[in-house]
Amino acid sequence: MDIVIENLTKKYGNQKAVDNISLRVATGEILGFLGPNGAGKTTTMKIITNFIAADEGNVYIGGKSLRDDPQEIKKHIGYLPENNPLYQEMPVIDYLEFCSKLYNIDSSRVGSRVVEMIRTTGLNSEKHKKIAELSKGYRQRVGLAQAMIHDPEILILDEPTSGLDPNQIAEIRKLIRELGREKTVILSTHILPEVEATCDRIFIINKGKLVADGTADSLRKQAQGSDILRVRIEDGDPNQIFKSLQAVKAVSMVDFADRQLNRFDVHCKSEEVKREIFKLCVAKNWVLTEMTPFETKLEDIFRELTMN
Amino acid sequence: MKTIWIIAKRELNSFFDSLIAIIMIVLFLGFSGFFTWISGSDVFLVGQASLRSFFGIAYWTLFFFIPALTMRMLAEENRSGTIEMLLTKPVTDRQVILGKYLATIILIAVALVLTLPYVITISGIGNLDAGGTICGYLALLLISAAYASIGIFTSSITTNQIVAFLSALFIGLFFHIIFQIIASGMQGFFGQIINSLSMTVHFESLSRGVLDSKDLIYFGSIIFMGLFLTEVSLSRRNAYY
Repeated sequence: MDIVIENLTKKYGNQKAVDNISLRVATGEILGFLGPNGAGKTTTMKIITNFIAADEGNVYIGGKSLRDDPQEIKKHIGYLPENNPLYQEMPVIDYLEFCSKLYNIDSSRVGSRVVEMIRTTGLNSEKHKKIAELSKGYRQRVGLAQAMIHDPEILILDEPTSGLDPNQIAEIRKLIRELGREKTVILSTHILPEVEATCDRIFIINKGKLVADGTADSLRKQAQGSDILRVRIEDGDPNQIFKSLQAVKAVSMVDFADRQLNRFDVHCKSEEVKREIFKLCVAKNWVLTEMTPFETKLEDIFRELTMN
Repeated sequence: MKTIWIIAKRELNSFFDSLIAIIMIVLFLGFSGFFTWISGSDVFLVGQASLRSFFGIAYWTLFFFIPALTMRMLAEENRSGTIEMLLTKPVTDRQVILGKYLATIILIAVALVLTLPYVITISGIGNLDAGGTICGYLALLLISAAYASIGIFTSSITTNQIVAFLSALFIGLFFHIIFQIIASGMQGFFGQIINSLSMTVHFESLSRGVLDSKDLIYFGSIIFMGLFLTEVSLSRRNAYY
């Protein structure tokens, strides 16, 4: 099932929490939803899951409008809300049974679904405990289990890895990756490496507006304009090397990264530049000790797009 | 209908797990039993095989206990955010409200059924008016249903259980005594209207054994208003979240 969001707008008083956002998520795609706190990520997710209604615009899930038959559409969505609210006084098994009954799962299948979810999320040793007695990581797993209990085609996860330790984060990411093969997933997070590790596509919003949409690589290209190589050349005079590098055809610009260590940042026009630099060093009898493609970090892109 | 029952069942389980149900039933039976049999204008003092003193005291006990049952229903869901988890399942606002309401009514009905030994004992002492007794129980169930709908409404407007409890008592107090007091000082048409708003007037006429459609309409409209306003208040999340 795909998700199509059209010109979505939601106001709280005079403030626009979501401002004219349009978005299409294809079946089997994992979309990372990024943005600073208060950018409107959670509001958008609450609208998609039909907890609150949009002021303008519409959401189509599998071609059906959310406004027409929300109860039917909700059956196809699994949702992990922000802060993962759960009934603290209920034991894990009872809670998952309660959820599966609300999803109208056939009573003969409820037991097997609950067992399956407990196994998938690694809750076996905790299943009889009350939710209030669980650690944060286990609670997060219960939240994921209840979102997936009815095997939904669409998963909406609001900060699925918040409060987990690195091992658990790795497990959850792996789980999301596996799920993402067949399901449509939208997840929001603050952790940028997580987006790169799990998502096919990144969607950045700021102050309710879309500011970037694309894969991690395409966003990087967009932010840098050109590829940058970090080069270290020894056994030569830095100024002379600098001049020679600038003279290379495929090079658009050279910067000193570190004069003492003879390190340079070379902005290049084409792939040819690596060969050219190598040939130049051979010709001048310099020693090329380092040549690495320099990547703008996603953090920098994020900061640039969402500051001011 | 099935969804309403699933929600009601969870609510009942949580009543019994948290001992709220047990405490409420024990206190209710204790209070009403004490004043029916031992103290005040009890059966032996009156010297009549009648449940009037029991209905009178149960009327007051339920007035205080019902807000205590309903106060956490939506206030706690609002506070912890579980309402979001619940309403993003294939469940409507109305089903959630009715499920919780049904659970309260069932718990009160259980408490009332447990007072049947009183009826049996008193009917052993003398001639008990069967019609009056049935009407009395019906009256108790109806005022409980009315106060429960008010309680659920006040629980939906806040995230704080104490606020929900006190506002339910405050609103309930008008129906319980204040309207009657105001009406007693007034004459004519306006006084009659205020008097007809008083829960006590309707309760007394019903528990006397007079089954009047006016009383049923009165309780029905309070229940409807309470639940309707709850639904309105729950949908206000669109303006705030």
